[in-house]
Amino acid sequence: MEIFELTALELGAALKKGEVALQDVLSQTQDRIYTCQEENNAFISITKPDLAPTIGDSLLAGVPMALKDNICTKGVKTSCASKILGDFIPPYNASIVEKLIAAGAISMGKLNMDEFAMGSTSETSFYGPVRNPWDLSRVSGGSSGGAAAAVAAGEVWYAIGSDTGGSIRQPAAYCGVTGMKPTYGTVSRYGLIAYASSLDQMGPVARSAADCAAVLDIIQGKDPYDATSLSGCYGNLLSSLSGDVKGLRIGLPTDCFGEGLDPEVRQAVLDVAQVLKSRGAIVEEFSLPIMEYVVPAYYIIACAEASSNLSRFDGVKYGWRAENYEDLTDLYTKTRSEGFGSEVKRRILLGTFVLSTGYYDAYYKKALQVKFIIKTAYDDAFQKYDMLLTPVTPATAPQLGESLSDPLKMYLSDIYTVPLNLAGLPGISIPCGFDSNGMPIGAQLIGPALGDSVILNAAHSYQLETDFHKKTLHRKGGTSA
Amino acid sequence: MTWETVIGLETHVELATKTKIFCSCTTEFGGAPNTHCCPVCTGMPGTLPVLNEKVLEFAVKTGLALDGNITRHCKFDRKNYFYPDLPKAYQISQLYLPIVRDGKVSIRLESGTEKLIRIHELHMEEDAGKLVHDPWLDQTRCDYNRCGVPLIEIVTEPDFRSAEEVIAYLEKLRSILQYLGVSDCKMQEGSLRCDVNLSVRPAGSVEFGTRTEMKNLNSFKAITKAIAYESRRQIELIEEGKRVIQETRRWDDNKDATFAMRSKENAQDYRYFPEPDIPPLEISDVYLEEIRTQLPEMAEEKLIRYQAEYDLPLYDAQILTGQKALADFFEACVAQGVDAKQAANWIMGQVLGQLSAKGMDAKDMVLAPSTLVRLITLIKDGKLNRNTAVKVFEAIFDTNADVDEYIMSHGLEQVNDPGALAAAVKKVFDVNPQSIEDFKAGKEKAFGFLVGQVMREMKGKADPQAVNRAVREKLNF
Amino acid sequence: MKITTEMVDYISALARLQVDEGEKEAVTAELERIVSYMDRLNELDTNEIEALSHVFPIKNIMRPDKIAPSFSRELLLQNSPGGDEEAFLVPKAVD
Repeated sequence: MEIFELTALELGAALKKGEVALQDVLSQTQDRIYTCQEENNAFISITKPDLAPTIGDSLLAGVPMALKDNICTKGVKTSCASKILGDFIPPYNASIVEKLIAAGAISMGKLNMDEFAMGSTSETSFYGPVRNPWDLSRVSGGSSGGAAAAVAAGEVWYAIGSDTGGSIRQPAAYCGVTGMKPTYGTVSRYGLIAYASSLDQMGPVARSAADCAAVLDIIQGKDPYDATSLSGCYGNLLSSLSGDVKGLRIGLPTDCFGEGLDPEVRQAVLDVAQVLKSRGAIVEEFSLPIMEYVVPAYYIIACAEASSNLSRFDGVKYGWRAENYEDLTDLYTKTRSEGFGSEVKRRILLGTFVLSTGYYDAYYKKALQVKFIIKTAYDDAFQKYDMLLTPVTPATAPQLGESLSDPLKMYLSDIYTVPLNLAGLPGISIPCGFDSNGMPIGAQLIGPALGDSVILNAAHSYQLETDFHKKTLHRKGGTSA
Repeated sequence: MTWETVIGLETHVELATKTKIFCSCTTEFGGAPNTHCCPVCTGMPGTLPVLNEKVLEFAVKTGLALDGNITRHCKFDRKNYFYPDLPKAYQISQLYLPIVRDGKVSIRLESGTEKLIRIHELHMEEDAGKLVHDPWLDQTRCDYNRCGVPLIEIVTEPDFRSAEEVIAYLEKLRSILQYLGVSDCKMQEGSLRCDVNLSVRPAGSVEFGTRTEMKNLNSFKAITKAIAYESRRQIELIEEGKRVIQETRRWDDNKDATFAMRSKENAQDYRYFPEPDIPPLEISDVYLEEIRTQLPEMAEEKLIRYQAEYDLPLYDAQILTGQKALADFFEACVAQGVDAKQAANWIMGQVLGQLSAKGMDAKDMVLAPSTLVRLITLIKDGKLNRNTAVKVFEAIFDTNADVDEYIMSHGLEQVNDPGALAAAVKKVFDVNPQSIEDFKAGKEKAFGFLVGQVMREMKGKADPQAVNRAVREKLNF
Repeated sequence: MKITTEMVDYISALARLQVDEGEKEAVTAELERIVSYMDRLNELDTNEIEALSHVFPIKNIMRPDKIAPSFSRELLLQNSPGGDEEAFLVPKAVD
């Protein structure tokens, strides 16, 4: 059996039936990771997996996976792809890591990313950029670039990423895999090294919507260690996937299909609407006149929270410490100036500015008010529609080095993904075609708060009809020619 | 020109919860450095705060006792600054929506007049760690045991005009907090800390002068001295034609003076913003009523009740209610059936005497109310005389040893054997004929001497009343 | 919004970040460009609109006041650069 052709659920079932041996799966997987690593640099740490003695009951028990390197793993280096964390070894596991271990997950290591999850290309990593397995001269997207690249290259069957403004959905789109940001608060953030606490949410990157549902069934749930985690009914997403979208009302916000959108991407996403329509959904265009405010509101809030969240990295309790400092302030300043990369420093300065005396009301408070307006606009849309459909990105993956020269332009490319984080909504990115360069295109399905099952089911329905999600790179070496 | 001193207080009170405000580590004072810690209170990356429900309860309780308005929709905010005692580099506190606003405390001054001090606000926050300079290494050691211990900060309006008012307020506040059971208020352990904001202005002026903030005031005595020093310093500056600078000043207890702290700590921009990791608090009517019904009887109410119910003089009632631990001790004694006045006398005499001799706080007393009750009962039943009882009390005050066992093992029980007493009287009368003559000649002192001799003969264990009676009878008097 | 080099000095000091003289002009210009873009929020009238800090209306999430054993000190200190077996260490920070 060619294990790399299987989805996570299929491999889980094969392991359970004894069709493949866990030991073989792990050794083949490790070989593949080492081979691919040379090319795409998806991992920061490759670990020797702890062998579960037996395959547990969980559907994904024994299936190799990996974690973004901003998720704390007890005893395993966690770097946030930053120099400042040095060789930080967390003394505890993130809550989701405990849940995954309990479900028999086998971690192959920690995945590369943009430094502190700040970036849209995974080029700001202290450990070097992640390359897109479809074209090694292009970026993987970010910030969960390592997660998307590793799944696309078939190094692991699923990965856990984090999404603050699109960091799961955008690299999933660039790498032609399925990635989901669930409703804010449905996955505990305890142990996720914070970028912007009110926006951060972890989620799966996998090969299909069904795999994503299976992972979410493991990792979602109320956590006593995260006060912002939501209580509710969890664990039924996979079983709820019927593929039936008859009568599902889908809204297409015209404001997300206008200027600035690549025509090939536009067409591929509109084709998704057609597929779902052919399966019984009702598709309608509507206006969502808030799109030009989502990026500024997002960056004000995200940078403000980041400036506070990243203050604890000061060379005292953990991580890297500068040499040759004169006094306490000098220790702080040297450590932080030399330990953070330039994009992180840019966002800390911006966040410090919008919170500083005299500017709080004009920027930070204003952004929170705009957040209210944005959330209300989505609430209104969901009065009429069960789900929204938009592109994930304005274009497909750019060449390495193209984005970093103009930060503002890079921020603007997050336009379709950031409003979901501001409004706390679930979104899934599904592969829906390729552009003329052969690069994958993604479509984004957006659900109302706690409507995770709605978009998973629509994505599943689409994937029953199409095979873009199966066009991952299953060749040895993991990259296209 | 005459000057008026204007003072406002910011008081930090450590709450007597079992665990810290945002994690389940113990709040116990002391301990080896960094042993009351976990990833949350040491600011490890990825950790999140979860509020201790007892902290809210204690804050609301205090707010109600201070007659304040409880903020029904309340949030936490982050206060950002870099300092090694703050491992997250931000303190979770409350700026925009503090839990309590607009309270008041009534104080009684030496002159007998009452004054109302307005409370501006009360908010919840976390304590910082402890920094200790290590002279050997010439480095500072950071101990995070205290990090995350819950605090309430109580901020007054600038309503004080003298150190006397400040101390009266702090004593009243301490009594209220102790009665509520929300804090032990031990200044020496830092569970009650006070920053003093002070300015001066010409008497009669309505505008405030430039104020300074004084820190590191660790006792009432230090506060009194610092207020005197700082108002004099400011008045002198102004009289010399200089300006008072708005700054934070540190009181130095050894030098009896305040010193400006480094300018960096004076130029702060804390960049407060709503804490995203803690959902807002919504205080319901039901919750508020529940807390209200839990409010204990406060000192003033007890003062009135002790006089009415137990017929105690005002003086006694004032002393007993002055400290919650004393009032509790007194009420426990009375509940066990002893006479209230007897109990009050013992507490005001022997108990306070022992406490002051040993420099102890009433709440640290080991002696149980039941022990004192037993002593009083033994006297009442004529099984122990009062002098012996006092000796027993002193002997077992620190250990709370069993009264009956102690009396037994030391052979102190009162001898109520009429035969033995008669024999002793006879013996004393036989050897002291002169004293009998003296008494009959009108020398009253001789009576005392004879009683004393009989008591000695009885090794001090006789009932003094019985000895008196027997001697009188023998003298036919 | 005009950003000056003095403002950059002020916020970089607050953030404990050094902006080298050589790059100050560039950093200032870049921040101004980004902040000016953010100024487009002023097109929206936000009078009377709630500042939404928490996106979902959950409230009163608290834990019981129950002690859990504290953590191993060795594990808490293991990552500390310059710390010893008892404490984190920093240059003189006490008055």
